[in-house]
Amino acid sequence: MVPRQNWGRPVSGDPLLAISDLHAGYGETDVLRGVDLAVGADEVVAVLGSNGAGKSTLNRAISGVLRARRGSIRFAGHTIDQEKPASIVSRGLIHVPEGRRVFPNLSVKDNLDLGGYRRARNQRRQNRERVFGIFPRLAERQSQLAGTLSGGEQQMLAIGRGLMAEPILLILDEPSLGLSPLLVEELFALIHSINAQGVAILLVEQNVVQSLEVAHRAYILENGSVVLDGTSDHLRNDPNLKRAYLGL
Amino acid sequence: MAEPLLAVDRVTCRFGGLLAVNAASLTAAEGRITALIGPNGAGKTTLFSIISGFIRASAGAVRYAGADITGEPPHRLARRGIARTFQIVQPFIGLSVRENILVGAHLHHRTRNAALAVADQIGHDVGLGELLNRPADTLTVAGRKRLELARALATNPKVLLLDEVLAGLNPSEVRDFVPVIRDWCRRGITILMIEHVMQAVMSLAEHVFVLAEGSIIAEGPPAKVVADPIVVEAYLGHGAAAKLGAPRER
Repeated sequence: MVPRQNWGRPVSGDPLLAISDLHAGYGETDVLRGVDLAVGADEVVAVLGSNGAGKSTLNRAISGVLRARRGSIRFAGHTIDQEKPASIVSRGLIHVPEGRRVFPNLSVKDNLDLGGYRRARNQRRQNRERVFGIFPRLAERQSQLAGTLSGGEQQMLAIGRGLMAEPILLILDEPSLGLSPLLVEELFALIHSINAQGVAILLVEQNVVQSLEVAHRAYILENGSVVLDGTSDHLRNDPNLKRAYLGL
Repeated sequence: MAEPLLAVDRVTCRFGGLLAVNAASLTAAEGRITALIGPNGAGKTTLFSIISGFIRASAGAVRYAGADITGEPPHRLARRGIARTFQIVQPFIGLSVRENILVGAHLHHRTRNAALAVADQIGHDVGLGELLNRPADTLTVAGRKRLELARALATNPKVLLLDEVLAGLNPSEVRDFVPVIRDWCRRGITILMIEHVMQAVMSLAEHVFVLAEGSIIAEGPPAKVVADPIVVEAYLGHGAAAKLGAPRER
């Protein structure tokens, strides 16, 4: 096993999200084998690694969709690893899943409103307008069924639905998937501005270069364990790290 | 310039009041790779669905190998040699990787043994040789993308329509996948690909069409298209354009 390396600053104080020795998986297989990870209240943290490393499983375990088998997950001072996904959402931990997962037979507007069901229900109207400001395309199509949107538009809708709950921590699983280069650029600017408004972000992405530009720190996952973590600056500027872990 | 094997001639598609594709024309030259790029919601996938018979055009024609194929259903087009992949890959999850490829191979091979031989060969060719017995749902995203390609290839197509086959892959997976596509083109398959991964478009495609708001707004060799201010404004953005333009400034 590769010893874990760390070049980053430690998270000072009590982090917003603290994961320790997390094991989770499907059937008889553990996909995650002892993950330690933290996200500070003001941070954008990227999780990088090849397909199959366990990134989406990590997200599913954090949001309670998949039950942790061992270890602990603490969020905003509470242990959440035995809580139901709905309670975790109520605490402000919002997961935008990989692969869009919008409700195809509901309108764009209804999809958004469902994002503001457990939380921020009274602010739905303003939040919807805010999302339409970010993605004008969704405003044009708000009464259309989500299933008739193009792939990229569904991706915008999935992100917008996540924002409707006024997240404290937003987990974005491959948000740039299927977006045009222009929208990818805008998406990363959006991630930066959401974070600047005080929302912590855990970002899983294949778009390594842009992720490291927007993230403060990054973790690299391999075979269900963190093999390396550090500041984005460090990861970006070390050619050996880039070649060995990021395929750049 | 090689003869176009596939020609889309002023195709229009309306969904109720929405004009999804507006008199768009494009061609795919035989034995070459042609790319279709454009903003999200431009109508790219709709155009693919029209070519492959999943959706009917409101107006216009699709010609293939000298025949008018407008409005023919997908199964007939598959027999003629037109295959497509889908953005969201959906393997038959109860089946193994081999059995998934077999579904495509049975189009031209009635006997199980003949179809199995084809499926195994194509499985190996796309790099799934070691995984043929695995249940399809245990594949990673990169593996599923290869399976999607293999299933289409198993129908022995002359034209292959690839809808964002590189989306969701990390840089090294993209680098591994690009030669696989190039290799199939060299074997004589004409490829039309929708792709947002511009590095791959630049290195694979000979000709690029740009669709925006349902209309073709630009076409040409990739280097020319990415330098077109209209394309930069509508699709690439200045950041991506600068990155793609960088090598030429050296």
